[in-house]
Amino acid sequence: MDGFVQPVTGRGCADAVVPMERGQREVFCGLTGIIWLHRKIQDAFFLVVGSRTCAHLIQSAAGVMIFAEPRFATAIIDERDLAGLADCNDELDRVVTRLLERRPEIKLLFLVGSCPSEVIKLDLSRAAQRLSRQFMPGVRVLNYSGSGIETTFTQGEDACLASLVPILPTATTASLLVVGALAEVVEDQMRRLFAAMGVAPVAFLPPRSALDLPSVGPDTRYLLAQPFLSDTARALDERGAKRISAPFPLGVEGTTLWLTAAAEAFGVGAAALESAIAAPRERAERSLDRHRALLAGKRIFFFPDSQLELPLARFLSREMGMDLVEVGTPYLHRQHMTPELELLPEGTALVEGQDVERQLDRCRAEKPDLVVCGLGLANPLEAEGIATKWSIELLFSPTQGFDQAADLAELFARPLVRRAKLRV
Amino acid sequence: MQLTLWTYEGPPHVGAMRVATAMEGVHYVLHAPQGDTYADLLFTMIERLPKRPPVTYTTFQARDLGGDTAELFKNAAREAYERFQPEALLVGASCTAELIQDDPGGLARALNLPIPVVAVELPAYQKKENWGAGETFYQLVRACATPNAPPPGWTRTKNAVPTCNILGPTALGFRHRDDVREISELLARIGVTVNVVAPLGARPSDLARLGDADFNVVLYPETAGVTASWLTRTFQQPATKIVPIGVGATRDFIGEVCALAGIDAGPILADYAPRAAWYARSVDSTYLTGKRVFVFGDATHAIAAARVATDEFGFVVVGLGSYSREFGREVREAAKLYGVDPLLTDDYLEVEEKIAAAQPDLVLGTQMERHIAKRLRVPCAVISAPVHVQDFPARHSPQMGIEGANVLFDAWVHPLMMGLEEHLLTMFREDFEFHGEAAASHLGAGAAVAPPAPEPELVGAGAAVLVAAPEQQSAQPIVSAWSPDAEKELGKIPFFVRGKARRNTERFAQERGLGTITVETLYDAKAHFGR
Ligand code: SF4
Repeated sequence: MDGFVQPVTGRGCADAVVPMERGQREVFCGLTGIIWLHRKIQDAFFLVVGSRTCAHLIQSAAGVMIFAEPRFATAIIDERDLAGLADCNDELDRVVTRLLERRPEIKLLFLVGSCPSEVIKLDLSRAAQRLSRQFMPGVRVLNYSGSGIETTFTQGEDACLASLVPILPTATTASLLVVGALAEVVEDQMRRLFAAMGVAPVAFLPPRSALDLPSVGPDTRYLLAQPFLSDTARALDERGAKRISAPFPLGVEGTTLWLTAAAEAFGVGAAALESAIAAPRERAERSLDRHRALLAGKRIFFFPDSQLELPLARFLSREMGMDLVEVGTPYLHRQHMTPELELLPEGTALVEGQDVERQLDRCRAEKPDLVVCGLGLANPLEAEGIATKWSIELLFSPTQGFDQAADLAELFARPLVRRAKLRV
Repeated sequence: MQLTLWTYEGPPHVGAMRVATAMEGVHYVLHAPQGDTYADLLFTMIERLPKRPPVTYTTFQARDLGGDTAELFKNAAREAYERFQPEALLVGASCTAELIQDDPGGLARALNLPIPVVAVELPAYQKKENWGAGETFYQLVRACATPNAPPPGWTRTKNAVPTCNILGPTALGFRHRDDVREISELLARIGVTVNVVAPLGARPSDLARLGDADFNVVLYPETAGVTASWLTRTFQQPATKIVPIGVGATRDFIGEVCALAGIDAGPILADYAPRAAWYARSVDSTYLTGKRVFVFGDATHAIAAARVATDEFGFVVVGLGSYSREFGREVREAAKLYGVDPLLTDDYLEVEEKIAAAQPDLVLGTQMERHIAKRLRVPCAVISAPVHVQDFPARHSPQMGIEGANVLFDAWVHPLMMGLEEHLLTMFREDFEFHGEAAASHLGAGAAVAPPAPEPELVGAGAAVLVAAPEQQSAQPIVSAWSPDAEKELGKIPFFVRGKARRNTERFAQERGLGTITVETLYDAKAHFGR
C-alpha cells in the first residue's frame, strides 16, 4: 500500500468497548430502502402494507419524486380493517389482484410489513405464500418487514435481500456472490476487475431482474458489499455459502482489501491480483490527492444512520487524514465489522444506538468541521454554523470501488468547498 | 385497505406538527416509532426552516412492546419538558402508538407538570393531515383561551380601534408566510389592528388573549374553521367567510372586513386597482380567452382558483376537484357554478384519469398534478399544498390579497407562456425558426424537441392512462397508424397543441375503427373535436 496509509499496528478499535446509547432515534425506518431497491430490481414491485404515515414517509424520503408508474405503493390499512368489518387478508388479496391486473410487467412482488401490520399481527408471510400459489408462475410473492419497530433505515435492504435467499436456485459449482445493492456502474466495474483477476463466475444480489436470480450453494463464497446485511448473511450461511471476511469497498484501501480477500479465497496469486488492480488503484490514489489537501486535519462527527459510518470513518481517517470526533452507528455487528474496527484509530469515540438530544449537545460542544447526519438535522445544524453532509446521499450515490473513491471524497469535500466559496 | 401510490395529505399527526412547529413555546411529545421522525425533514428540507420542529418522538421498538412503552412515553415527556421548557405540552400518538393504546394524555397529566398539557387524539386510520392540524389548533385554543371565557350573559363591546385575529396559517402551509404579511398589510390599510396571528408565530399566551379581538379573519378554513366557530360561540366573535384569493374575492373580503369592523369600505375600494385586473383586460391577454382549465387542490384554494380562472382570466373550468373530503359540500356547490362534476378524491390515479379525459389546456393543481400534467404535456401552475421545496420561494409570493392576485396572474400565465408567441407561431409556422418542430423559446435553446413519432412522452402518458383505467386494457384497442402525409401535416401544427391533436385524432380514428390516419382523418377529427 501507499505511504499515506498508516500500517495497521495493534488491533485498532477491535477490542474497544463501545457504549450503547438509548433515547430518541432520529433515523428512517427500513421502508426507506424501497427507494433504491425498486430502481435496482427493475421488474419487482414493493407493496407496503401499512398506514398513511408509511406512504408519506416513502414519498417524502424520495423527495416527492413522482414517477408515472412507481414500482412501489402502499396498501393503507383503514378503520374498517381494524374494526374487523373487513378481513385484512381478503382486503390484501383484493388489492394485490387489482395491482397485478394493472401491472402485468411485475414478476416479483414484495409485501413489505410496517409497524401497524406488525402490531396487528397481520401475517404477511402466510399472505405471500397464499398469493404466490395464486399467481405463480407469472408472479412470485415474497414478504419482509421494513417496520420502524424492527428495522432501521438500511436494515430494510437487509430484510429484503434475506427474503430472497431461500428462493435462490441451488448452485453446484464454485462461484463468487457479491451481496448488497450497488449502482450499475459500480457493479460493471467490479465485474471487469473480477474477470481480470480470474475470479469467475461472479453474480450479484440483488439481481437487476427477478428472472435472473443468482444461484447459491455450499461452494458459493460471498462478499458483502454493504455493511448492513447481517440477516442476509445469516440466510446465506444457512444455504451453505461461506462469507469472505473483508473491510468494505469504500476508498482505495477498502477496495484493495476487499478485492484481495476475494483473490485469496479464489486462489488468485499476488501477481495476478496486482496486475488486475494496479492501474485503477493508482488512478484512484492520484484522484484522491486533491480532496486530501482539503479534508486532512478536519474534524468530522457522524450521527448514526446507515451503518456505513464505520467504513466511512475508516476511509476518511486513514486515506483523507480527517480526525474522527465521534462515530455513531445505529447497530454494531461485531463480526462483520471486525476488519473495519481493526483499521480504525485506537481510541476513536464510537457510539452504538442514539439519543439525539445528547448527541446534539456533544456535537455543539465539539464544533466539528463537518457533521454527517440525516435530513431532519442538516439544516438546523447549518443554521447554527456547522457544515453538514446528508447521509442519505451516501446511499444514493455510487461510492464503492476504485473509480468512485474520489467521488466519495468529493461528497465530503463539497460542503466545505461551498462554505469557503460563499460570501453571503 | 386502499391502494395508494401518492398521498395528498400526510397522517393527522403531521397536521399537529404543522401547528406545533408554527408556534413558539409549544412542544409536542409524539408516541411513535423511529421511522416517523422522517416528518422532521418536511420542515427542515421542504420548508427550509432553520430549526428542528419542536417534537420529541418516543421511538419505541419491537422489544419495548412487550415491556413498558408507557414508561418510555413518560420519560420522554418529562425529559422534553426539562430540556425545552415549553409553555404548553402537546401530547399524542401516531398511527402505530394508537394501536398500542398507551393513553399519552393520561400519562402526561400523571407527571404533574406545571404547564398545561394538551392531549390531541387524532384517529390515524380515519383522518388526515389537515384535519389533524385543525383539531390540534382547536384543542390548543380551547385549552389556552377557556380560562378567559366570559360568563354567560356577557355581551361584546367593540374595541376603540377595530381589532381582529388572523387564524389558520401553519408551518408547511402553501404560501402561508407570505399571505399573512399581505393580509396584515391590507388590514392595516383598512384600519384594522391585528391582535394575534395564530398558529403561525403565536405563543400559548397569545392564544389565551384571542378573545380580545372584535372578530376573526379565517384565512384557511381547513385549519381554522372549527376554532373560529368555537370562538364565535364562546367570545361572540364573528368570523370572515371570504378567502381573499383573486381580484374579486379580495374586493369582497375588504367589504366583509369593513362591515365587521364598522368602517366605510367606499374610500378603500375606490383606490382598489390590482395590476392583475388591468393585465387581464390588456389586449395581449386575449389569447387566454376560453382556455380549458382543470382545477384540483385543497378545497379553499381549488374553489378560489375556479372563480379566478373564470372571472379574471376568462378561462373555462372543465374540471374542479379537491382531496379535502371534509369540504365536500363547498366543492359540490362550486362545481355547480361551472357545470362540472365535482371530483372529491384522494386517489391520485383517479385524478390523473379525469385530467387525461378532460384534455385541458392548463392544469391548476398541486405538485401531484404538476407531474400528471408533465406526462400529459399540458402546462400546469401549482395552486395548493401538498408542498414542494419550490413552493417556498425566496421572494415574497403570496396567493392572497392584492399582491396575491398579481402573483396568480404571473404564475398562471407563465406556463402558457406563448402569449404573443402563440399567434406568432401560428402565423409563421412554416418559417424555419418557428416551424412546427421548434420548441417554445422559453424552453431554452437546448430544449429537446420530441422526435416526430412516436413521441416518447405521449407513449408514457398513454401508459399512464392505461394504468389509470384498467377497464380500457381488456378491450384490445385498435392501433391506428399514421400515414406519412398525415404525420407531416401533424408536424405543421404548433408543438404546444400537437400532442392534443395527435391524441384526439387517434381517439377519433380508434372510435371509428380506422386502421390508417390520413390527412382527411386529421381534419375530420379537428372538425369533430373543434369547439
Ligand atoms: S416507522 Fe413504522 S409506521 Fe412509521 S413509516 Fe416506518 S413502518 Fe410506517
